[in-house]
Amino acid sequence: MALYTETVMDHFTNPRNVGEIENANGIGEVGNAKCGDIMKMYLKIENNVITDVKFETFGCGSAIASSSMATEMIKGKTVEEALNVTNKQVVDALGGLPAHKLHCSVLAEESIKSAVKDYYDKNGIEYDHSKFPCDHNCEACHMV
Amino acid sequence: MIYVDNAATTKLSKTALNAMMPYLTENYGNPSSLHTIGQAAAEALQKSREAVAECLGCSPKEIYFTSGGSEADNQAIISAAALGEKKGKKHIISTAFEHHAVLHTLKKLEKQGFDIELLPVGSLGSITAKQVEDAIRPDTCLVTTMFANNEIGSVLPVAEIGAVCRKNGILFHTDAVQAVGHIEVDVKKQNIDMLSLSAHKFHGPKGIGVLYAKLGIGLTNIIEGGAQERGKRAGTENIPAIVGMAAALKNATDHLNENAARMKALRDKLIEGLSKIPHSILNGDPVNRLPGNINFCFEGIEGESLLLLLDAKGICASSGSACTSGSLDPSHVLLAIGRPHEVAHGSLRLSLCEENTEEEIDTILEEVPKVVEYLRNMSPMWKNLISGKKEFIL
Repeated sequence: MALYTETVMDHFTNPRNVGEIENANGIGEVGNAKCGDIMKMYLKIENNVITDVKFETFGCGSAIASSSMATEMIKGKTVEEALNVTNKQVVDALGGLPAHKLHCSVLAEESIKSAVKDYYDKNGIEYDHSKFPCDHNCEACHMV
Repeated sequence: MIYVDNAATTKLSKTALNAMMPYLTENYGNPSSLHTIGQAAAEALQKSREAVAECLGCSPKEIYFTSGGSEADNQAIISAAALGEKKGKKHIISTAFEHHAVLHTLKKLEKQGFDIELLPVGSLGSITAKQVEDAIRPDTCLVTTMFANNEIGSVLPVAEIGAVCRKNGILFHTDAVQAVGHIEVDVKKQNIDMLSLSAHKFHGPKGIGVLYAKLGIGLTNIIEGGAQERGKRAGTENIPAIVGMAAALKNATDHLNENAARMKALRDKLIEGLSKIPHSILNGDPVNRLPGNINFCFEGIEGESLLLLLDAKGICASSGSACTSGSLDPSHVLLAIGRPHEVAHGSLRLSLCEENTEEEIDTILEEVPKVVEYLRNMSPMWKNLISGKKEFIL
């Protein structure tokens, strides 16, 4: 049995939407180098719709694949739809992740929320802070 | 496929397989049986014991066959601890970068009231005999240090450590799993009281190993049962594996110097080539080093993604990072030599055997820099480093 599913390997070896958006209006970064994974998500949001998204990731194969899948899942969606993307949906879309790699999908969900929060903050949009649980606390993610 | 993960395991040699075949087929006797086919197995067992003893420089009576290196490590340490406890001695000296077969056994003993002292291994990953001598106390019952480190390839001054232990009347055990069959091991010359080895690290079969224990050392059984291995390790002997191990060890010992010279040349070419990757560093002792070990850290990337991409190009390597083995913590060996977490995550171990070729090394030297660059280009950590937002560690 391979370590990862075919979909994970596809997104890992041919990641979608890698890079940086220069005029991004929402940027989120989660994880930390000490734990071995950092995800940075760039959003271009126009009229409440995510018109472009890119990512940069330092991490293992599943971290890179999770980021790539997450960008595909939110591209062209409204901000609210993006916020509803859960780590479980990312895992399902990847055809599953090994148990000890589930935190990578949590980081993917968190990176979307972190980027949207940045967009809200920059544009003075009110939001429910309790719905954006953590930014840089990878310990919490690793509890999953 | 380019296989450069020989520290994990090696390919079974033809010599070993041919030696094993009769015992996997028609010679299936149990060496404890009195009939002809059983006694044929007993003879094979004895011949193998003699061959292994000769390769290690000891008596056949000092050889105990086990299921592998881990069991041998467990039994050696638990035996020495039991002997120490009888005399009220409960202090054990080891190092911070041992294999988990040693570290976890020591942890278990710690819970039973033993005082475990792990010597620091410095930035090159080694210890001196002086460090051991300074750590010895009146209640020290065992010194256990590896012969050569499995991740970073440092070879420890085992003969000197052994001499210090002899002088002080303390048992010395060495986990020589990475050393036997690769560099000179002679238990008498090197003052070794107990030694663990594993056959599959030198082209022998998996699931078989040896505990060498000097005559007079009373072993504690880990597995109870029949009177096999002079009553110290129960269970019907795995004759095919034992025969295969003996053949593989003899073959490795006979060609030790030529194999080592060949591997060293390839190793040094790899080290020189990979050192050209900016912000990288060789881990382990550059001089006192296993002939086939190469271990690097590359700043800004993570080891698992590096080795998966190399695998996709047909290069089988290892990260040294525990990431793939289910733990999120980086290698305890790399942390022990002082690499910070963020650097320790980006490690690559290449471990050669005598069958690797110059062409394979050239391919590796072509592919690794490309993969490192590819991963760095998508790494936000790398971006922070090259933009000057964060300072390079390497």
